[in-house]
Amino acid sequence: MSGGLYSMERNDFDQTLDLTKIKPYGDTMNDGKTQISFTLPVPCNDESIEAAKLLMKKMGFENPQVVFYKELTPGFTFFNCYGSCTHTIDFTSIHVPKVDSTVWDMDETDTFIREHIARKIVVVGASTGTDAHTVGIDAIMNMKGYAGHYGIERYEMFEALNMGSQVPNEEFIAKAIEMKADALLVSQTVTQKDVHIQNLTELVEMLEAEGLRSKVILICGGPRISHELAKELGYDAGFSMNSYANHVASYIAQELNKRLNG
Amino acid sequence: MQLSKLGLDFEKVNKARQYASGIAADVQNFVGTYTTVAVERTLCRLLGIDGIDANEVPLPNVVVDDLKLKGMLGEGVMFYIGNAMVETGLTPQQIAQQIADSQLDITRLPIHTTDQIDLALQPYISQSIARIKSNRQRRENYINTIGEGAKPYIYVIVATGNIYEDVVQAQAAARQGADIIAVIRTTGQSLLDYVPFGATTEGFGGTYATQENFRIMRKALDEVSTEVGRYIRLCNYCSGLCMPEIAVMGALEGLDVMLNDALYGILFRDINMQRTMIDQYFSRVINGFAGVIINTGEDNYLTTADAYEEARTVLASDLINEQLALLAGIPEEQMGLGHAFEMHPDMENGFLYELAQAQMTREIFPKAPLKYMPPTKFMTGNIFKGQIQNALFNQISIWTGQGLQLLGMITEAVHTPFMSDRYLAIENARYIFNNMKDIGNEMEFKKDGIVCKRANQVLDEALEILGKISHEGLFSSLEKGMFGDVKRPRNGGKGLAGVVEKGKNYQNPFIAIMKGGKE
Repeated sequence: MSGGLYSMERNDFDQTLDLTKIKPYGDTMNDGKTQISFTLPVPCNDESIEAAKLLMKKMGFENPQVVFYKELTPGFTFFNCYGSCTHTIDFTSIHVPKVDSTVWDMDETDTFIREHIARKIVVVGASTGTDAHTVGIDAIMNMKGYAGHYGIERYEMFEALNMGSQVPNEEFIAKAIEMKADALLVSQTVTQKDVHIQNLTELVEMLEAEGLRSKVILICGGPRISHELAKELGYDAGFSMNSYANHVASYIAQELNKRLNG
Repeated sequence: MQLSKLGLDFEKVNKARQYASGIAADVQNFVGTYTTVAVERTLCRLLGIDGIDANEVPLPNVVVDDLKLKGMLGEGVMFYIGNAMVETGLTPQQIAQQIADSQLDITRLPIHTTDQIDLALQPYISQSIARIKSNRQRRENYINTIGEGAKPYIYVIVATGNIYEDVVQAQAAARQGADIIAVIRTTGQSLLDYVPFGATTEGFGGTYATQENFRIMRKALDEVSTEVGRYIRLCNYCSGLCMPEIAVMGALEGLDVMLNDALYGILFRDINMQRTMIDQYFSRVINGFAGVIINTGEDNYLTTADAYEEARTVLASDLINEQLALLAGIPEEQMGLGHAFEMHPDMENGFLYELAQAQMTREIFPKAPLKYMPPTKFMTGNIFKGQIQNALFNQISIWTGQGLQLLGMITEAVHTPFMSDRYLAIENARYIFNNMKDIGNEMEFKKDGIVCKRANQVLDEALEILGKISHEGLFSSLEKGMFGDVKRPRNGGKGLAGVVEKGKNYQNPFIAIMKGGKE
């Protein structure tokens, strides 16, 4: 490992940035340097270290280095590795769908709703299905909010109900009908075995069966949810990590305005 | 007088305890006159009723649901099963089978005398009590012969969904230095009003708590305990709608630690407060008797409310939980009262405030094996920073002598832990626990400094809250959102339909036996 202290490798590759062919950056443009760790289900010995290096090569790394290894329990060995990535990405051709709205703060959103919608917007939110986590829906909806962003309950121009966790889709829809909700917020934190996908899909199907789908702004959120995934599943918008109440609230206000006022 | 490194005023602590004691006594007055479907199913299990019917409904549910449907549950299963035993000469298990097969209606049999009923039940009661005692003896034998890890016990979670895969992960963790293995339950199990049967290999975010799964894991940990020369404790969760039922399954299979907190169920799982307080009492009686360390869930308040502002509610709740546990016969040495390291990492001097609160909790509950929970709310997916957050948490634990250290995982908020995540967490804790072993004995806190001031402030605030709750009652306080910023109505939530008032024939002899009365 001491040999790795200073790099003695020759830097005989093109060191100019080309956005059509980007690769990881360690300390020199286009060096491709990547750190990776994994566990192999074999005992710790020369053969397993070699296996780790061969695996790195198959993953597309040149000059794979195993810098640390440790048998976690008999028959399982953990590796920390470095290598130079051979693959490149054309950054200029990437297109990521995003929620198309301007992000406002609480006062701007309330003012917009007063001027353009002239009534409170009704929002019902829940962590649905078997998901017991309230952290996501609470962060967006509760008065206190999260990380300095007040929740939707605090907005003057929203009437917000947070139904909490483990809410069955049936109950969620019943409450939406009862409150004549303009927008529905679904939070999904548990994603093991894609349980969130099944649950989110079921909600869309049930809303369609009730003839409600086009009447509400349907939004999902969670750490593993992207806007793209949300659209694929039939939602109007999806919010992921680093989204706060003001992102969601300003989107709802603008989307509802579009629907009501063209 | 107790010595405090923080200059805590123990007169105030005593006053706070008096308030908490009054609050707990008030709850206990309510609890004493009711039973629940979960309590009655627990009694079925203590009489040896187990297994499932043709529709996979557990037989304890079959018996209890049958009595409930007929409006007779208030008299209790002990009375009806005991009476049916006298009348038919069958065992409780055979009676349950016959109820499942619709061959027997135990509410329509001639009623025998109390003496006859008690005599019929006696051997079954003695058998369960003996089995639980022998499990406790087994644990004590292990600890006396092969020994156990030093405190803070290193506590990690396994959660693959498959009990056999959990065994691989648990044994690996024990070899790496874990002292307690918790098999986290599948998402949603807390809301099931029955306990699934048999070994299970499918779960979401965790593994079903079943008696067979308990047995499989306890056996695997016995094996690895012998191998590593250290008794490895097994932890599961008796919170939710089956508190006493899971407690008794754990007692029958030799579990060592149980999450056991009605307040947690009320606030975070929306379980009806009346139902779960009644369930909690019997579950704690069982845990106390079985020598199980209970864990309370105060740490969770800090995941929904601010950790700095709400420290007072954690202390207030710990004091209430202590009194509720004492009423159920749990000694202080088995009270894993909860608290957590959850302040925002950007907070200036946050480490000092966390240190103050951990030391304060230690001094107020000197004998309790406090359960200290890691940062979760501000774990971001930046695993490198996460390792440092967990390191700070581990430093406070060794400094203030915590009891059970639930290790933080660098991949918190990303996925259920990989084998390597657990290894890195254990390595982190062992490094710090060894490297800083005696720091608590070496360091004193500056008089009137940040740490001392903070601890005294939290105590003052907790005292004020307890004064209010003692005036208001616990149930009304929960309705007003006193804990974790969560409000719950007295008659709302899940499980209220399972509460019934005790009838004139009602009996639960296990409470007296387990609390140290005659057998």
